[in-house]
Amino acid sequence: MNKPFSLYIHIPFCKSKCPYCDFYSARPEEDDVFDRYLAALCARLAVYGEKYGERLLHTVYFGGGTPSVFGAKRLCRVLEKVKEQFNVAENAEITTECNPADVDVSFFETLKRGGFNRISMGMQSANEAELKILGRRHTAETVREAVEAAREASIDNVSVDLMLGLPNSNLETLKSSIDFCAALEADHVSAYILKIEPGTPFAKQELNLPDEDGTADQYLFAVNELKKHGYAQYEISNFARPGKESRHNLQYWRCGEYLGLGPAAHSFMEGRRFYFPRDLEGFLNGNVPTDDGAGGGFSEFAMLSLRLTEGLQRKICETRFENGGALFDGVLEGCKHLPKNLIHADYERISLTAEGFLVSNAILAEILPG
Amino acid sequence: MEQSKIRNFSIIAHIDHGKSTLADRILEQTEAVAKRDMEDQILDNMDLERERGITIKAHAVTLVYRANDGEAYTFNLIDTPGHVDFNYEVSRSLAACEGAVLVVDASQGIEAQTLANTYLAVDAGLEVVPVLNKIDLISADPDKVAAEIEDVIGIPAEDAPRISAKTGLNIKAVMEKIVTDIPAPQGDPDMPLRALIFDSYYDAYRGVIAYVRIKEGTVHPGDTIRMMAVGSEFTVVECGILRATSLEPAKSLSAGEVGYITASIKNVREARVGDTITLADRPAAEPLPGYRAVQPMVFCGVYPADGAHYADLRDALEKLQLNDAALTFEPETSVALGFGFRCGFLGLLHMEIIQERLEREYNLDLITTAPSVVYHITKTDGTKLSIDNPTNYPDPSHIALAEEPIANAHIYSPTEFVGNIMELCQDRRGIFKDMKYIDTDRVDIHYELPLNEIIYDFFDALKSRTRGYASFDYELIGYRKSELVKLDIMLNGEVVDALSFIIHAEKAYPRARKMVEKLKEKIPRQLFEVPVQACIGGKIIARETVKAMRKDVLAKCYGGDITRKKKLLEKQKEGKKRMRQLGTVEVPQEAFMAVLKLDE
Repeated sequence: MNKPFSLYIHIPFCKSKCPYCDFYSARPEEDDVFDRYLAALCARLAVYGEKYGERLLHTVYFGGGTPSVFGAKRLCRVLEKVKEQFNVAENAEITTECNPADVDVSFFETLKRGGFNRISMGMQSANEAELKILGRRHTAETVREAVEAAREASIDNVSVDLMLGLPNSNLETLKSSIDFCAALEADHVSAYILKIEPGTPFAKQELNLPDEDGTADQYLFAVNELKKHGYAQYEISNFARPGKESRHNLQYWRCGEYLGLGPAAHSFMEGRRFYFPRDLEGFLNGNVPTDDGAGGGFSEFAMLSLRLTEGLQRKICETRFENGGALFDGVLEGCKHLPKNLIHADYERISLTAEGFLVSNAILAEILPG
Repeated sequence: MEQSKIRNFSIIAHIDHGKSTLADRILEQTEAVAKRDMEDQILDNMDLERERGITIKAHAVTLVYRANDGEAYTFNLIDTPGHVDFNYEVSRSLAACEGAVLVVDASQGIEAQTLANTYLAVDAGLEVVPVLNKIDLISADPDKVAAEIEDVIGIPAEDAPRISAKTGLNIKAVMEKIVTDIPAPQGDPDMPLRALIFDSYYDAYRGVIAYVRIKEGTVHPGDTIRMMAVGSEFTVVECGILRATSLEPAKSLSAGEVGYITASIKNVREARVGDTITLADRPAAEPLPGYRAVQPMVFCGVYPADGAHYADLRDALEKLQLNDAALTFEPETSVALGFGFRCGFLGLLHMEIIQERLEREYNLDLITTAPSVVYHITKTDGTKLSIDNPTNYPDPSHIALAEEPIANAHIYSPTEFVGNIMELCQDRRGIFKDMKYIDTDRVDIHYELPLNEIIYDFFDALKSRTRGYASFDYELIGYRKSELVKLDIMLNGEVVDALSFIIHAEKAYPRARKMVEKLKEKIPRQLFEVPVQACIGGKIIARETVKAMRKDVLAKCYGGDITRKKKLLEKQKEGKKRMRQLGTVEVPQEAFMAVLKLDE
């Protein structure tokens, strides 16, 4: 009796590369690369369909890169192939990321017809100056129009991305972005703290970034403001109106199984982790994924669970691991001397507060075994 | 060997005035070393000596020189350590000689150790042969320096050889001076044996090899010898002559000669520098004068950075001690640092050398605590204590009298830095004694300075205030009453024993201030706020706060890449292992080291 699994499809193409982004993407330089990529994805879907076709698939997520660059038709062709190869649940959550600059009503209508029912809109900020620094191709107005277009096409589950700790940002600029999300009536907000990744253009620039305290203040402010607008935090960086939590996201944090296709996409199936290398050409040529060792051990499970507000729960530990109760107790012991403002820990559940999420790396290093 | 054809001498000099280079040239001239074996400064055996350009241990070599008079002379050249820490060793090496070649840099003139070493040589009754070196330098002024030698030291220097040890110029003149000016040894080979040990080292195969100067009598393999101060007896296995790159066995050593003795001695403590060797069945009535057991003056805690290497550290210290009778150590436990050793050293340089050798030759990662001198405490009940470890410092209410060691310090410097130097000495609680002009633009400034003000970083501070021109020498003159306090450092309310130190009451506040500031800078933010406090007897005199960490989070997981996050977590856990856990606070090892160097 297998639990349902999830599918991630990576679309590694962008029209322009954002200076902060470390996700794998290539510029579509050859005319036929989209079609070759479509074919490569379909071929992989056929291979894994053989293997997992019988199992219930309950979320599909197209991420990037910029999936909207790939075109609504191709996205639908891939989804069609998914449905052909896998046992997709009736109520499956099927999401694609979009750049608001790429979309219009007909785009979303095509997606809707193909079966998509959730959109993740790359907004990042509602302030034009910030969007410019981030190298985005759109304005705040573009985002508003894109969200309205999705709704017009009857896709009514819309998430927007927001970034915290941006260059030159402060609580005021952040508040205006959050108010914008609320005014859009977005169902879900992902709010990520900007991390300067080595090798990105941002890493080489002199940026006026808020300091550790300033960024932490922004995060806590965001948690609070979003709550005021009815978005409850359910994960370190994710907030949702009731019932609109991303099931695909939860699959990762609850240590569920997922298959990831495309260069740089990671998978966790049947206890093994594996990934396709960051190499588009290799993927197009049918290279096999790289094994990344066993997954799903207790430390990993606890580490992922503690990203969620629901936290690490004794009952689930006991069901999932042979000595789950003792393992839970071990973590609980480590929590004892941690300051109360960072963590709630009782017999049933251990969970981090918003302040705790901010320093979760240090807390995990403190309380997790091995 | 005919006594009249023997010359026993040392070369003495201030650091960098060319002592070792001259020794090399003399070796070449006598062809003691084949050219192909000639490495620069061959007498400096240790890598460390070569790198630092200083001599740490005494070395000796026997050479044959054919002089202008057609005779062959045996030269016993005894190289001496060039640092105040090793003054006692220097004095014993000099006691093995009849003369000393005084090398003075003709561009620099007389420096602190020139004088200190010359006085030692004169005290030992040696004939001093001055040599002006580095005359190839454009800045050399041999006439001026010769006059300086005559004025300040009071020995004729008019016809001192003017040489360049570097280029080999006039070395022959030095050799001839040694023959003509330094007296041949005297001493009756038939008297009861008296041999002075001027150095010893431990050889894994033969045990201790004692370097000796036979003053009277004769020694042969098979003789039973007695160490007159230590009292132990051994049977001589071998005796012989010290060649430049090997030991050459001989049938005997007799009065006037310099050589080595092996006798299956297990530890250099049994063959102490300065002790007199005599024969067990025909002992001398009196030992040679001047022996004293060396006393460490500076102490610090030495801990392995990784507690698992405690046994390795102990083994390494034991091995070093085989060769270094002045090094002491005993086990010590610190709440902060775990198991380690309280080590005693002759001085700061000795301490640095030992630490460096432990790290280099034994591959140990060390944490050391602040160096301390030995304080004399008289308690209210009349008991007297010697305290070299702040941990043992008694409660202030039980102290009737606290005394600290005082040094007589001479600083030689160009006149332009006098103001800076006096300011520094004043700041270090120095008492000005007098100031003498060596010539129109150089002075000898004489201060009495507490030793604990010298051992931190006095020399560095002096160098930076005089652009490296000042030289410095000191000797301990005794103990003096002092207002001492023990300063403790608390992290999150708990005293960190490894950071405590004893200090003069007046200096406590500024030092406490610097300590807490430095610690604040070095201790990374933790999950909670960490107060860093300095206190004296429970009273807090300085405080800083390491604010709680605010942000350490991986906001995003890329494409389900859990492995990346797992690796980050593992790395973080590894990082924690390198920290010292003090109560609930994690302190990086650099923090312990950083507070030792507060004035950088």
